[in-house]
Amino acid sequence: MNNPILPTIAGFDGADAPLGDCVLSSRVRLARNLVGFNFVSRASPEQLADVVHRVQSARLGGPFESAVRWVNVQSTTSLDRLLLFERNLISRPFVESTHPRCVAISADESTSVMVNEEDHLRLQMLAPGMQLRQLSERMFVFDGAIERSLEYAFHPRFGYLTACTTNVGTGIRVSAMLHLPGLALVQELEKVQRSARELHLAIRGFHGEGTDALGDFYQVSNQTTLGRSEQAIVEQFAGEIVPQFVAYELAARRTLLERDPAALDDRVQRALGILRSCRLLSFEESIKFLARVRLGVSLGRISGVPRHLIDQLLLAVQPAHLSRATGCALGNGRDDRGPRADFIRSSLR
Amino acid sequence: MQPTCDCCSNLAVVHETIVVEGRRSEVHLCAEHAAERGYLLQGDGDSLLPAGLPLSKLLKKSAADPAAPAVSSTSARTPKACSSCGMTMASLRETQLVGCAECYRALEEELAILIGRTQEGATTHAGRHPMHAAKLIDRAAVRNRLTRDLREAVSREEFERAARIRDEMLALSDPSEAQ
Repeated sequence: MNNPILPTIAGFDGADAPLGDCVLSSRVRLARNLVGFNFVSRASPEQLADVVHRVQSARLGGPFESAVRWVNVQSTTSLDRLLLFERNLISRPFVESTHPRCVAISADESTSVMVNEEDHLRLQMLAPGMQLRQLSERMFVFDGAIERSLEYAFHPRFGYLTACTTNVGTGIRVSAMLHLPGLALVQELEKVQRSARELHLAIRGFHGEGTDALGDFYQVSNQTTLGRSEQAIVEQFAGEIVPQFVAYELAARRTLLERDPAALDDRVQRALGILRSCRLLSFEESIKFLARVRLGVSLGRISGVPRHLIDQLLLAVQPAHLSRATGCALGNGRDDRGPRADFIRSSLR
Repeated sequence: MQPTCDCCSNLAVVHETIVVEGRRSEVHLCAEHAAERGYLLQGDGDSLLPAGLPLSKLLKKSAADPAAPAVSSTSARTPKACSSCGMTMASLRETQLVGCAECYRALEEELAILIGRTQEGATTHAGRHPMHAAKLIDRAAVRNRLTRDLREAVSREEFERAARIRDEMLALSDPSEAQ
């Protein structure tokens, strides 16, 4: 294998992740554009190549001070592009577009900078569990360090200028990947989703925009980026919104335990049994059963399986990760169910 | 039913139909948001200006300053385009993407309405800013104050004062400041 990227799942252990039972991961993202270039959708390939060159020549600092890995997304293999996507280091449109673009990744994989996504720069920091406050503080320091080398497009009235008006102002998007199986089982999820929309939050599925909520994983993020400071946006999210989701979920889990513990045990143990013994497993099935086992582990109904192992498997069973780990073929119509079942069985032995 | 304001839940008193390249779009604003965007309300009651005042000319002139109120009318019009990348509001509606930083200056008022719709009514940044923009922030604060003063002078029919404020606003505008 030439120049394999991301052979391990670094920076995503998550054994001690805050609120890890209900919050799989936290993410903070900033959208920025450079002065002197059209935005990506109106820039020529030459201009976009120039943006890449400009950013690569700049001193990015922060998490990139000691080591940074640049991946030329235009020229790398489709397997590598998918690996980066599955690991949430790049977006789906970034995988699929064809123009000059690249991504910088920090050594611990917690930080990435997409160059020429919808905006010239998309700075992103990821962490397991609920760590939005810590991430945002680090992000503002990082953003300040970049700004010393690159001049951002800014307007005194509208703030940081972005290609889409839904990001203008602070350019900040804070999100948490929540695991809400309790709310789904007590059929309260729809009510919670409705309340979230009233609070102008976006709720998306496993892989963000336009994807299904596989395994009852939901990505919740702010939609309003203008009119309030970054700190106010982060504080509302970290101090009110996510704790409220977690409180509802924990209450639902308590209800399940009180109402019918045998049914709950059967559900989570049956899922573990399938994962430990089946021979063919699709991606969707694997997420569904892993999510059930995760609930059982969080509630102490399953022992001997650490939660962070389940969290790592949630990443590892995705098509590109599985292909890299097992050598199985990747692509439309390829049947990877056998290798996936083998991989999970051996991991949960 | 009378439509509500695009920016808040109040009843709209300004209704504008814009036809660009055969595409129709509508703007509905309450008195407050209409005044904010520089629409001149005529007539009685809610009037910001009595009819027939020569001040529309004055405000048209100050509209050359992008932060100053613009004067609009109900009519079909030539599409306004960004001089840097050529984006128009019609092309923005198609792609959902702004073309360049200059668009935000060239189509400031049009974008402000769109932004207000997608940002819970907010049209003004309240967060961090790059070091290089510190001067712009101060300038914007002065411009906001002058805009308020101008509106007040107009409402009191203090035309000489209004003209002085207008000159101040023109002197304040600096084409190199927008990025």
